[in-house]
Parts: sequence; structure tokens; C-alpha cells
Amino acid sequence: MADQQVDQQARRKAVQRKANRRTLRRLILISIGMFGFGFAMWPLYEIFCDVTGFGGRGVQEVAAKDIQHYQDQREITMRFDATVNSGLNWQFEAVDSAKTVQLGKLSVASYTSINISDEPVIGHAVFNVAPPEASLYFVKTECFCFTEQLLLAGEKKDMPVTYYISPDLPADIESITLSYTFFKNIPATLAYNQTAKKETSKQLNPITLTTNDTRARGE
Amino acid sequence: MTTTTHEDHNEEDHHDHKPQGFLNRWVYSTNHKDIGTLYLVFALLMFFIGGAMAMIIRAELFMPGMQLVQPEFFNQMTTVHALVMVFGAVMPAFVGFANWMIPLMIGAPDMALPRMNNWSFWILPFAFTMLVSTLFMDGGAPAGGWTLYPPLVLQTGDSFIFAMFAIHMLGISSIMGAINVIATILNMRAPGMTLLRMPLFVWTWLITAFLLIAVMPVLAGAVTMLITDRFFLTSFFNAAGGGDPVLFQHIFWFFGHPEVYIMILPAFGIISEIIPTFARKPLFGYTSMVYATASIAFLSFIVWAHHMFTVGMPLGAEIYFMLATMMISIPTGVKVFNWIATMWRGSMTFETPMLFALGFVVLFTIGGFSGLMLAIVPADFQYHDTYFVVAHFHYVLVTGSVFALMAGTYYWLPKWTGHMYNERLGKWHFWLSVVFVNVLFFPQHYLGLAGMPRRIPDYSPQFADFNMLSSIGGFAFGLTQLMFVYIVWKCARGGETATAQVWEGAKGLEWTVPSPAPFHTFETPPKIDDSVVAHGDHM
Repeated sequence: MADQQVDQQARRKAVQRKANRRTLRRLILISIGMFGFGFAMWPLYEIFCDVTGFGGRGVQEVAAKDIQHYQDQREITMRFDATVNSGLNWQFEAVDSAKTVQLGKLSVASYTSINISDEPVIGHAVFNVAPPEASLYFVKTECFCFTEQLLLAGEKKDMPVTYYISPDLPADIESITLSYTFFKNIPATLAYNQTAKKETSKQLNPITLTTNDTRARGE
Repeated sequence: MTTTTHEDHNEEDHHDHKPQGFLNRWVYSTNHKDIGTLYLVFALLMFFIGGAMAMIIRAELFMPGMQLVQPEFFNQMTTVHALVMVFGAVMPAFVGFANWMIPLMIGAPDMALPRMNNWSFWILPFAFTMLVSTLFMDGGAPAGGWTLYPPLVLQTGDSFIFAMFAIHMLGISSIMGAINVIATILNMRAPGMTLLRMPLFVWTWLITAFLLIAVMPVLAGAVTMLITDRFFLTSFFNAAGGGDPVLFQHIFWFFGHPEVYIMILPAFGIISEIIPTFARKPLFGYTSMVYATASIAFLSFIVWAHHMFTVGMPLGAEIYFMLATMMISIPTGVKVFNWIATMWRGSMTFETPMLFALGFVVLFTIGGFSGLMLAIVPADFQYHDTYFVVAHFHYVLVTGSVFALMAGTYYWLPKWTGHMYNERLGKWHFWLSVVFVNVLFFPQHYLGLAGMPRRIPDYSPQFADFNMLSSIGGFAFGLTQLMFVYIVWKCARGGETATAQVWEGAKGLEWTVPSPAPFHTFETPPKIDDSVVAHGDHM
């Protein structure tokens, strides 16, 4: 009788042990899956941005000749915002802070930037549009943000943006803010300065020799 | 030892085969009770370390102007205080309760995976040594808030990687603890202990453990992305490289919102054990409690963006997150009403555990209401990042989770130690705590509504009076908690001998074993019948 009980208990323990291992395996798999899900939130967020136009994602880049023009559309207020990231020693401003524009027509927004540091720097602008859904109706044909911008020490550059707002813009949107933030492109700047240094040193070498010669002759 | 001699032994004989020596008993421990004790002692230590940081914060905020600390250090205090309290005090304390009580409540001899249990505890002291040591590093500890938002957190000095690895370790520990809880509850129940006969504390922990498994790895993912952004030039969250810092907030709060329920669901479980005992009535609406817990857990996954309304999101999303958040008040309301209905016409007595439980019900509900206010999008635009938020989450975390932990400690302390604690001191501890915690946190509602921002070491003079009041409450509440240590310490050392049942109205398997609970319990599964089941729908 007692043996039977002990047997039963041992069997129960073995079954439990197996079940515990199985649960452990499954739960570890779920944990690993959820770790992956954390990373999957990145592409999911990209999709969310594409659909809602969030983060300026709806803005399209189209060649000027492909734009269809409309007459007699309503007017809205465009506001222009310019920010420089703290890592970049530039001055960057919008020429006008606000402007009235007509939907369905190409317009130009002007920004200027000055490199106030004492070395050449390559910057890159990132843009955003508010309200987010307006970006779905926002088209750019030309923008300084499409490419890297090189400014030599003290150089000033006009940076125009040619844009177009589709007449399909929802009626409740009466003003749109276009915002740019300039960041320093650190790897590009480093690469540029290195090649520049190499080239100057190549050019400088013969000159140095001549100066030495002159000095030698002067003695 | 042959099986026959084993059988010949009386149950009581081999109860106290405790391993000898500190190393064997505690460091190599695989016993659920000893590991539970380790967790609880560790959590208490962390509670005082985090509490000391809170005292520094309140001391600096005692008067307007900069008095005691540098602003950088103040920010380190708010950040590390939060990390220590969330991951070091509240979460390990609940895991400690789970370790001690779940096997006893379901009639299991131990946790399902005892050696993993040892590992998940012993990771913690190392993780927190690393985290707290960042305070002494060049550039100091992380100071960008416990939410670790980039780009600010990426500007942390040398301590960045230490803090991030500490968080990884805490995550691993929590996940292992959660796996253990689930395996124990699913596989180790005594025959006859069906799922819908389990005590509510076990139910809430089962659901909490699933939340932990689902979201701790997501936090680990977010932290990993921060690390690669900082050291390997990825641009997950770096706008210059095409990333988006707002993405971090989404990932973080996908973890963060379930995380706040991880810290409150086991508290609901403890309160649901205590109120029936001292009302001497079975829990009202047991099944609805289980379903309410499950719905809160489900909803916690689909409301995260209410933490970031002001960051900018489409109007539709704001409306959705507002309404989904408000929906949580329905299952939470079910719980509060069930607790009240349990007490209705009960023969209530007011021992310390019951006092803390009642304090919990009232004060947690205040925290719930301020949460509802924060859920309203247009109002949140004003409340966001103000002291109103600080008041809200301290009501749900201190008078919520911490009060439930205090209540649970007083409730089960006689079972753990075999002695009754000093009831008179326990009542003093409760009344001083409940008064001063309100002096501490209630004025912060007004400060927030008047516009005082959080995480700022200085403030304009119109906030002076309420801040001074809040600081006085803070110091008094902090001092009062020393009483708790004294009471627990005295109770562990001696006192009136506790009976097995301890409380007149207590029901459940844990009250069928002697007090103190022997080192090994339920090696032969207990017989489950309605007389020992704490609650269940059949009653």
C-alpha cells in the first residue's frame, strides 16, 4: 500500500518535471519572440508614418515638369521654421516666417545658412510638416534637404525650397508649418576635411621647398 | 534512505532539514521560502536606498532656490530613485511574496524550477550594485529620467553602459521569475486545485507573469537599440540618420504601461486575500475579479500612447488612446466595488493588515481618478510633465502597491516567523503612514495644476508653501517606515506564538500548515475540499 503511494508520487513528480520543462521551453520562446517584436516596432512605425504622413513622411518629391497646375484655388498660410542641432555651429534662418500661398501652385520658400565656425562643415537637413496629415498633400520639386550641404568657413548660402500643395488638402487645414533641422553630417565632414588636408599638403610641398631655398640663398 | 524508512518518518520529522551554514542556506538556496525571504529583504533594503534619494529630492525642494545639491545631481536622484523603487523595491517585493505564498496557496512542495529561482534572485544584487555604482562615476549616474528618452539619455557619461547592462540584467531576472511563476501555477497545483479555485493572489500573479514575459523583452529591445545608437552608429532614434526619437517613446511605453500593471495586479491579489479574512465573508464576485484582472492586463497593451499625448499624433489616435484608457476604469471599478461588497455587512475587525488594505482601497482609488483626469487629452496637455503626474503615480504606487506590500507583510508575517507582530506598533505605523503619505503627495496635485514642472530642482516662489508641506510629509513618512523595519525585526526575533490559522477568518491552504511554515511543505499533495479553499465561485 505504502509502496504504491510512493510509486504514484514518484510518477507524479516525473510528469510534473516534464511539464515544467515544456512550459519553460515555450515561455523562453515567447520571450525571444517578444524581444524580436521590440525591433519589429521599428518597421511597424515606418508603416504608421507612411500611412498618416507622420514625421513629414507623406511629403513627395516630384520633378517640376510633372506638376499639374490649378487656377483659383483657396489660400492658406505657410509658416517656416528653422532649427540647428546643437552639434552644428551654423546660423540657419527662414527668410519669411509666414507667407500666404495658393493651393495648386508652385511656390518658393527661402532659407539662408551661414557657417560661423572656422572650418568647412557638411550639414544635412531633416524636415517635418505639421499638422502631420498635411504632409500627404505636400509636394517638393526642389529642396536643399535632398543633398548634403557643404559650407566653407564663414560661407553664406541661400537655400530655396520649391514646393506645391495639392488642392485636395482637407478644408479644415488653414495653415501648414514646414520645419527644418540642420544636423552636422559627422562622417562626411571628417572625410571632406581629411581629403582637403591631403590635397593642400601635396600642393604645399614644392612651395615649402622654394621657401627653404630662398632662405638658404638669403643667408 | 530506502523508500520504506522515508514513509515511516512522521511528516514533522523531515521538515527542518535546512542546509547548514550561510553559503549553503542562502547563496545556494533552492527553497522557495528562503528565496522569498531573500527577495523581501533585498526589496526592503532597496526601498530604503530609493527612499534616501527621495529624501534628498524633498530636501532640495523644501524651499525655492538651490540649497543642497547641484541640479545635475538632483536629476540623477530623480532618475535613480525611480529605477531603484520600480525595479529594486516594488517588483522584487512582489516576486518575494510570489515565492513564499504561491506554492503554499496551491499545495505545491516548491517552485517549479528551483535552481532557476536561485539564479533569478542572485542576479539582482549584482545588477543593483552596478546601477547604484554609476552615482560615483565620472559624469554621474543617468540623469535623463527613468524613461530613458533619447536623445537626452544618450548624452549620459561613462555610466550609460553600466546602467543599460543593469537594466538588461533586471529584465533577465524578471523574465526568469515570471517563467517560474507560470510553470508553478500551471503544473504544480495539488490535485483538485482547479484554476477557478485558486486564491486571487495566485490568479493575479499568473496574469502578471504573462505581462512580464510579454513586455520585459520589449524593454530589453529598446535598451539594445539605445546601446547600438550610442556605440555602433545605428540611427533607430537619431533624427540626423533618419531615425525618430518618438519611436523610442512608443517602444518604451509599450513596455511601460503593462509595467505599471505588473506593479499593481499582485497588489490587487493581496488585498483580495486580506479583505475577506477580516470581513469574515467570502470574496464577493470571485469570477468577476478574475475576469477583471485579465481585462486590465489585456487593455494594458493597447493604451500605451496616453503617456505621450503631447508628443504629437494624429487626432484619431489621440481619441482612440483616450477612450481605450478610460475603459480601464471599468474592470478596475468592478474590483473596487467587489471589495466594498465583500465588506458589506461583514463582521469586520481592523487589525493592521486590514487597515492597510482599507487605506489601499481608498487611496488607490484617488490615484485611479487622477489617472482618469490624465487620460483626457485636452486636460493632459496641461497636466503633462507636471507635479500632477507625480502625485498621480505616487498615489497608485505608494498608497497602492507599497501599502498592499505592507498589508501583505503584516498579514503573512506570523506565518513566516511563527510570531505575532506588535499590533499596537503596527497600528501606529499605519496611522502615521496614512496621514503623512497624504501630507506628502496630496499637495503635489495642486502644485501640478498650478503648473509646477516635474524633474526640476528649483521653482518659482508661488509654489513654496505646498512644497514645504509636501517635504514635511515626506520626511515624516520616511521616518515612519523605520518603524516597519523595527516591527518586522522584533517579530522575526520573538513575540506571541502564532497559531496555524493566525487570523480567525483566514481561509486557504497556507493556513493549514503550522506557523512558522516548515522548511518543506506539501511534499505529499494536500487534500483539497471546500473547507480549505480560500475562495471560488462555488461558495
